[in-house]
Amino acid sequence: MNAPVQKLTLKDYASDQEVRWCPGCGDYAILKTIQKLMPEIDTPKENTVFISGIGCSSRFPYYMNTYGFHTIHGRAPSIATGVKLSNPALDVWVITGDGDGLSIGGNHMLHVLRRNVDLQILLFNNEIYGLTKGQYSPTSSVGTRSPSTPDGSLDLPLRPCTFAIGAGARFVARTIDTEAKHMTPILKRAHAHKGASFVEIYQNCPVYNDGIFDYIKDKKSASESRLLLEHGQPMLFGEGNAKGIRFNVSKICLEVVEPGKDGVTQADIVVHDETNKVLAQMLAELKTPDFPEPIGVLYCNPTSPYNVDVYAQREAVRAKKEPANLNKLLRGGHTWKVE
Amino acid sequence: MSVVEKLSGIEAQSNIVSDVVVRFAGDSGDGMQLTGSNFTEATAIYGNDLATFPDFPAEIRAPAGATFGVSAFQIYFGSEDVTTAGDQVDVLVAMNPAALITNVKDLVVGGLIVVDRDAFTDKNLTRAGYKANPLEDGSLDAYKIISVDITKQVVEAVKPYGLTHKFAVRCKNMWTLGLVMWLFDRSRDSAIKGLTHKFAAKPEIADANIAALNAGHSYGETAELPVGVEVYKVPPAQVASGLYRNTTGSEALSYGLLAGGQLARLPITFASYPITPASSLLHTLAGQKEFDVVTFQAEDEIAAVCAAIGASFAGSLGITSSSGPGISLKAEAISLACATELPLIIVNTQRGGPSTGLPTKTEQSDLNQALFGRHADTTLPVIASCTPSDCFDVAIEAIRIATQFTTPVIILSDGYLANASEPWLVPDFEDYEPFPVTFPTDPEGFTPANRNPDTLARIWAKPGTPGLEHRIGGIEKSFETGDISYEPENHQKMTDVRKAKIDGIARFIPAQEVSQGRPGDKLVVLGWGSTFGAIHQGVKRCRAEGLSVAHVHVRYMWPLPANLGELLASFDSVLIPEMNTGQFVEVIRSRFLVDAQRLNKVSGQPFKISEIEKAIKAQLEAVK
Ligand code: SF4
Repeated sequence: MNAPVQKLTLKDYASDQEVRWCPGCGDYAILKTIQKLMPEIDTPKENTVFISGIGCSSRFPYYMNTYGFHTIHGRAPSIATGVKLSNPALDVWVITGDGDGLSIGGNHMLHVLRRNVDLQILLFNNEIYGLTKGQYSPTSSVGTRSPSTPDGSLDLPLRPCTFAIGAGARFVARTIDTEAKHMTPILKRAHAHKGASFVEIYQNCPVYNDGIFDYIKDKKSASESRLLLEHGQPMLFGEGNAKGIRFNVSKICLEVVEPGKDGVTQADIVVHDETNKVLAQMLAELKTPDFPEPIGVLYCNPTSPYNVDVYAQREAVRAKKEPANLNKLLRGGHTWKVE
Repeated sequence: MSVVEKLSGIEAQSNIVSDVVVRFAGDSGDGMQLTGSNFTEATAIYGNDLATFPDFPAEIRAPAGATFGVSAFQIYFGSEDVTTAGDQVDVLVAMNPAALITNVKDLVVGGLIVVDRDAFTDKNLTRAGYKANPLEDGSLDAYKIISVDITKQVVEAVKPYGLTHKFAVRCKNMWTLGLVMWLFDRSRDSAIKGLTHKFAAKPEIADANIAALNAGHSYGETAELPVGVEVYKVPPAQVASGLYRNTTGSEALSYGLLAGGQLARLPITFASYPITPASSLLHTLAGQKEFDVVTFQAEDEIAAVCAAIGASFAGSLGITSSSGPGISLKAEAISLACATELPLIIVNTQRGGPSTGLPTKTEQSDLNQALFGRHADTTLPVIASCTPSDCFDVAIEAIRIATQFTTPVIILSDGYLANASEPWLVPDFEDYEPFPVTFPTDPEGFTPANRNPDTLARIWAKPGTPGLEHRIGGIEKSFETGDISYEPENHQKMTDVRKAKIDGIARFIPAQEVSQGRPGDKLVVLGWGSTFGAIHQGVKRCRAEGLSVAHVHVRYMWPLPANLGELLASFDSVLIPEMNTGQFVEVIRSRFLVDAQRLNKVSGQPFKISEIEKAIKAQLEAVK
């Protein structure tokens, strides 16, 4: 018998723990958006699991009134894989950051994506190590001054979406911490996607890396610096959508053009196709100031998740075998009797 | 009486011998492991007690004829109880000069050598490091030699089957097996059946191999062999009645894990990363999909242990397996399982170390790692198996402890146990007492910090249960609520309770027994793990000579059995043989303040019985 379904609200998903991020941290906005989103998706609360590694973002599970596991640095994708293998009915979210997910946990991120375990992986990218007090991270721009790089960082940063697509992810998206309107539908899509969904969230760390995403968040510069992706829609941006993205065939690259100028027409503008991996790869590489940065779903091309295949294969093998019998197993192969 | 005594004509009237050690040695491509296992099976059927030990090189395909590519398989069988693979070799089968030069030093003086004369070419002799042909220069005069042109004989024997020369020569091992089977009066039936099955898709290969086997056998019947070489009878052993099979430790351990899962009524998630010599667990379990087990080959050791922990969090039994270097990588995650008090099984099939060390050889040098090899105060139960078949019971016991006390448990096996095989009186699974896990469902009064007042086990609530939503993690938690707590007194209390839980397991494990001798004997040989066989025989032989020596073998390495200290105090002297530089001895000395003596060996090879015997006598002499 079905119990009467009571509509849950944001409050039902907020745990009784005091949230301990710094005032103004972008994580608050993300938490709110997710707590609000939860009642809208069709997963029973008891089947929802949040798993994190270590870092500011990884405190996230403590604040969700669902099942949660705050694990060790970089390993959340592996722990989540085990959870999903053990009980595929659970709805598992992985919360990670740029240091956790791409530095110490880069190997696990690579493999969880290529393996296509059915998880939602949210990578809060603030381009800095917050919890350990401000060292530069693998996504920090060259020249970032930090306690460990007082004269500026030297190594080239990693672009999370490029990494994810390269690793074989089948769902790759990008959104912004304070933009609930954009984030909510993206997370709904990530949730609906069967397989590993990778969402990079630009997250501001007001304490150690304040304002690094202002160029894309500020009303004044936003239209020039963001490319809002919509499947099936031409890639237009800028004031009054005056600019667009064109594919330059001879150089095999994307370029910024202005329809109506220099013989460029609307027909020259690339129409976004989420299922085109090559296009997704080129989009993931776009970066200000030369290009607007894509926001939205860069790539979505589902295939059967690993956790589904594991059980399907087991069923197929079982269909050809006798049911499990331990005494039979022990007596399998060659045996002999001693009187 | 051994073959050697027989061979040297001490007892010429009889061709009955009580026990024999045979070693098959050849190139890693010569099929020595297959030859050995076929001979083992025939010997088991014959009714001898036996133990085997494969010894293969780390290189997968070393160049033919190279000494570092020699692969060997040793079997010790007899008409009394056999618990080791034997000390000295009575019969050495050497398929080439490299196999001869690397193994002849283990052959007893007067022992028998069977060689393939055709393989003693100039090239092979040089490659093995021989200046002259040992078959001709008299350097093997101390031994009996059956030198046969095996390659030529084989090619002749399999001619009717139209094999290429390359494939024909490959039947050499079966020809040799046929000859050795003749020598010990073994039946070829099981080998023939095995070959027919193995090459079911290529009947001409099966037929050729069988023909080679038969040809080797009839060579023994008809050829003129050196004086004193004839068929030896090794009468069947007196063993407990019942149904037997052969098992390696790795097989028994896999089956024990499946059994433990069933007794706990839990599905298993087995997550592992390939590493020698531990991989065979993953292979075996991956082939058991009819059981409630999911296997996962992770991207690395850390991912493997983490996936196992995730599975345990979700309500399965997470198991991971590796060898020393891999366990090092898992250490941080094992501490997470200690902090969150989740059940977890970690199997360490130890090998020679440190670092890559001797991956295919055996050692017991990860005891310290198992007991202490993590950050912070993270004591956890450690149990060690002592024979291949004992791995079955140890696996079950590990699962019982892990699930009843919500803790990670380390199982210590080693390369010897994993690969060695012995006949196993197959247990009846119905005889095992189940220990079903029940998951809480009642939200009334639930906190993730709730404990069983008797065992101190933390409550294990699984995701998917309505009303029990909760968070766990690596940050210290309140003893009362399970919420994050940085309170100083709380950390003290949580550290104390985690330790008390593990220490308390001593109340739930059997008291330490004495396996030979009795409390109050002059000397006790205190062993753990795979040294069991050698210690057992060493003590047995010394006791037969009237020496006052006992054997105590520890399974529960941590916590130690509650009566162990008192038991040890009853002996005048304690001797601890270990295949490391002395790790358990330090534990025993510091724990019980006894002046335990050490006997250590780290050559990658198990102890010989004679080494144990010698040490016992020396120790008894010293305390006189
Ligand atoms: S350090 Fe930065 S990322 Fe961390 S909580 Fe504070 S503001 Fe947020």
